[in-house]
Amino acid sequence: MNADLLYGEDEDQLRAAVRELLADRAPWPAVLARTESADPYDLDLWRALAGDVGCAGLLVPEELGGAGATLREAAVVAEETGRAVAPVPFLGSAVTATALLLALPGTEEMLRELAEGRSTAALAVPFTTPPHAEFPGTVTADGDRLTGRITSVADALPADVLLVPAGGALYAVAGADTTRTPVTSLDMTRALCDIDLDGAPGRPLATGDAARDALARALSCGAAVLASEQLGLAERCLEITVEYVKGRYQFGRPVGSYQGLKHRLAELWVAITQARAVARYAASCAAGDDAETTADTAVAVAVAQAHCSVVAVRAAEECVQMHGGIGFTWEHPAHLYLKRAKSTALAHGTPGRHRTDLAALIDLAPA
Amino acid sequence: MSHPPSAADMTARAREFLAAHDPAAMDRTEFLRACFDAGLAWVHYPEGLGGSGLPRELQRAVNEAFAAAGAPDNDPRRIGIGLGMAAPTILAFGTPEQRARWLRPLWTGEEVWCQLFSEPGAGSDLAAVATRAVRDGDGWVVNGQKVWTSMAHEARWGILVARTDPDVPKHRGLTYFACDMTDPGVEVRPLRQLTGEAEFNEVFLTDVRIPDAHRLGEVGDGWRVAQTTLMNERVAIGGGAAPRESGMIGVVARTWRERPEARTAALHDRLLGLWVTAEAARLTALRIGQQLAAGQPGPEGSAAKFAFASLSQELSGLELELLGEEGLRYDDWTMRRPDSVEFLGRGPGYRYLRAKGNSIEGGTSEILRNIIAERVLGLPGEIRVDKDVAWKDLPR
Ligand SMILES: Cc1cc2nc3c(=O)[nH]c(=O)nc-3n(C[C@H](O)[C@H](O)[C@H](O)COP(=O)(O)OP(=O)(O)OC[C@H]3O[C@@H](n4cnc5c(N)ncnc54)[C@H](O)[C@@H]3O)c2cc1C
Repeated sequence: MNADLLYGEDEDQLRAAVRELLADRAPWPAVLARTESADPYDLDLWRALAGDVGCAGLLVPEELGGAGATLREAAVVAEETGRAVAPVPFLGSAVTATALLLALPGTEEMLRELAEGRSTAALAVPFTTPPHAEFPGTVTADGDRLTGRITSVADALPADVLLVPAGGALYAVAGADTTRTPVTSLDMTRALCDIDLDGAPGRPLATGDAARDALARALSCGAAVLASEQLGLAERCLEITVEYVKGRYQFGRPVGSYQGLKHRLAELWVAITQARAVARYAASCAAGDDAETTADTAVAVAVAQAHCSVVAVRAAEECVQMHGGIGFTWEHPAHLYLKRAKSTALAHGTPGRHRTDLAALIDLAPA
Repeated sequence: MSHPPSAADMTARAREFLAAHDPAAMDRTEFLRACFDAGLAWVHYPEGLGGSGLPRELQRAVNEAFAAAGAPDNDPRRIGIGLGMAAPTILAFGTPEQRARWLRPLWTGEEVWCQLFSEPGAGSDLAAVATRAVRDGDGWVVNGQKVWTSMAHEARWGILVARTDPDVPKHRGLTYFACDMTDPGVEVRPLRQLTGEAEFNEVFLTDVRIPDAHRLGEVGDGWRVAQTTLMNERVAIGGGAAPRESGMIGVVARTWRERPEARTAALHDRLLGLWVTAEAARLTALRIGQQLAAGQPGPEGSAAKFAFASLSQELSGLELELLGEEGLRYDDWTMRRPDSVEFLGRGPGYRYLRAKGNSIEGGTSEILRNIIAERVLGLPGEIRVDKDVAWKDLPR
């Protein structure tokens, strides 16, 4: 069976609900203002997204208080958070950390709390960690006491629970038992932090292959959904730009009437339609719809990341360029998109890294 | 003089000057003034105006001798607009009095210049500017708003394009002035950039009085004067003789050498491709400099600026990918008022963001493509709706 690359009715409804909430609660001037406040994450907004719309528990089974949905629905939400560059820990908590916990036994209570929006979690690895990375080794375990440092972690600042790889095992650590130092981040709408553990008490979740597999699964889900975030961002950049070049007159004509811009925007649209297809495919594969597509997940995620990263960056760069001087200012949203786009291109592996991964997967050995 | 001096002659002349003017024992400004008066400031400028009427490339020997002696320079990053744009325009169109008044403090950095061209409604279409200059006795009264004005907060003077006749087609009704930025009618407000700081400004001009003696070129000839400025601006941004691996390629090549652990085959291939492009651009700039030995730049400067912009952008984007995790971090978003335009300094994130401006400032890359296509290749221009219409009747 072919993967379903369209959106279902439920997904359309979910999208509408998320878009409405974000339009109301996270218009870009508010997002921009928050980047320079003491609270880079909008936790009120997150509670509304988590509770009222049910975004926190999308992946969590219904019997644990979640929606029992799949990564496909999560990908739709990510498109919207990407469009709005929303400062919420959706990707880190509701996708990556949740996917990790779902892959492990004995995590029901944590999942229930996440689904109900009572807590948030983050996988404590650098945001750049690609799906097939080696098991991280910067934290050591002495019994259940963890010590070490993990840098540039996404969505960990507001997290109640940190899921920490250490000494070949996975642990749950209370955020409050660690020292989190905010990082001045290129993407001001997804503030990173460095985490120091100094004998922090950890609750063991898994060791050995189980830990390794769960980590790989979590990173793969994170990377797959990130592609949809990039898609949403690219689409929004195209919309803003098209609107602008229609109304901006130079030399007595709308600048959008010049083929130098018009053709590039048409090409961008083509790239975005492709981004939608590959992002949908990656989400479907990673959702585990059926055995055939599941088996193709690694390829699908690598393709989605290699393609959507590039498209998002290009869309944001064109958005700046086609706005001229105004696109270079702080008072226009283009830079929020540019910074998010470039950061997501580094997150979970650069396009180059994904192409390299792909080489092995599709039997195109390097020279 | 029938034969121009050699580089060795110039080195000797510079050393002679240094022997008489010990930079270690002199006030910096006094030293720079003396250097100007000795004709060593910009040797290709005429005698009496800081130059010696010599080929431009001989400047290098002077600069090297000065640098070797630890002499101060005029901090070109701080006064780039004056050096690169205002000065060649003053030289080409200024009266003897104007040249004598403005060029020396411009070169020594005692007076910073800014460029009051762009307006909210007139960026690429510079000829559409709406700022009005109205004749009043022996001067002009100017009203309007300028935008994206780099370094206006530091500037003593601004080169200004204003509309003196709204009843003729837009290119014909413009006049070019030097605007005294200390006039009480000049208000400078910071405009913050995506890098976090405010290098540029909005400038509001309210009943600013400009004496007619500060007009450059004829009344109504402002477009032609402005073309000289723009051609020089593009050379200033994209051109200039520079050693191999200067600029952005040098920064990224250094990062590559220092970070063996970050290297990948894919990035290596891209970097080498860009290294070749950077070297090609460097040699082209060198060649333009040689052609330019006398006279004003033509469209080649636009080509150099165009190449410079895309190179800086590709290289700075690659640097972030190379750095990986470090590329996710930024040094500082604090709103600041820098005293110079900085393309390379600070961190890799800043470089990536600042480079985005390179394809907008000084004429966008789209406009430069049009210039090359139309003025060099002679391709037909876009169908124009604005050429023969009085400015006041134009669609906006
Ligand atoms: C960092 C920075 C510093 C600057 N410093 C100064 C300064 O000191 N002084 C000053 O006067 N100005 C300055 N500028 C302004 C700069 O010159 C203008 O931004 C630029 O000329 C573009 O004008 P605009 O912003 O109005 O964009 P627009 O002209 O509105 O252009 C919008 C988009 O349309 C495209 N476009 C326009 N016309 C055409 C066409 N015919 N064909 C194809 N595409 C077209 C443009 O390329 C651009 O992508 C600065 C700008 C920046 C970014």
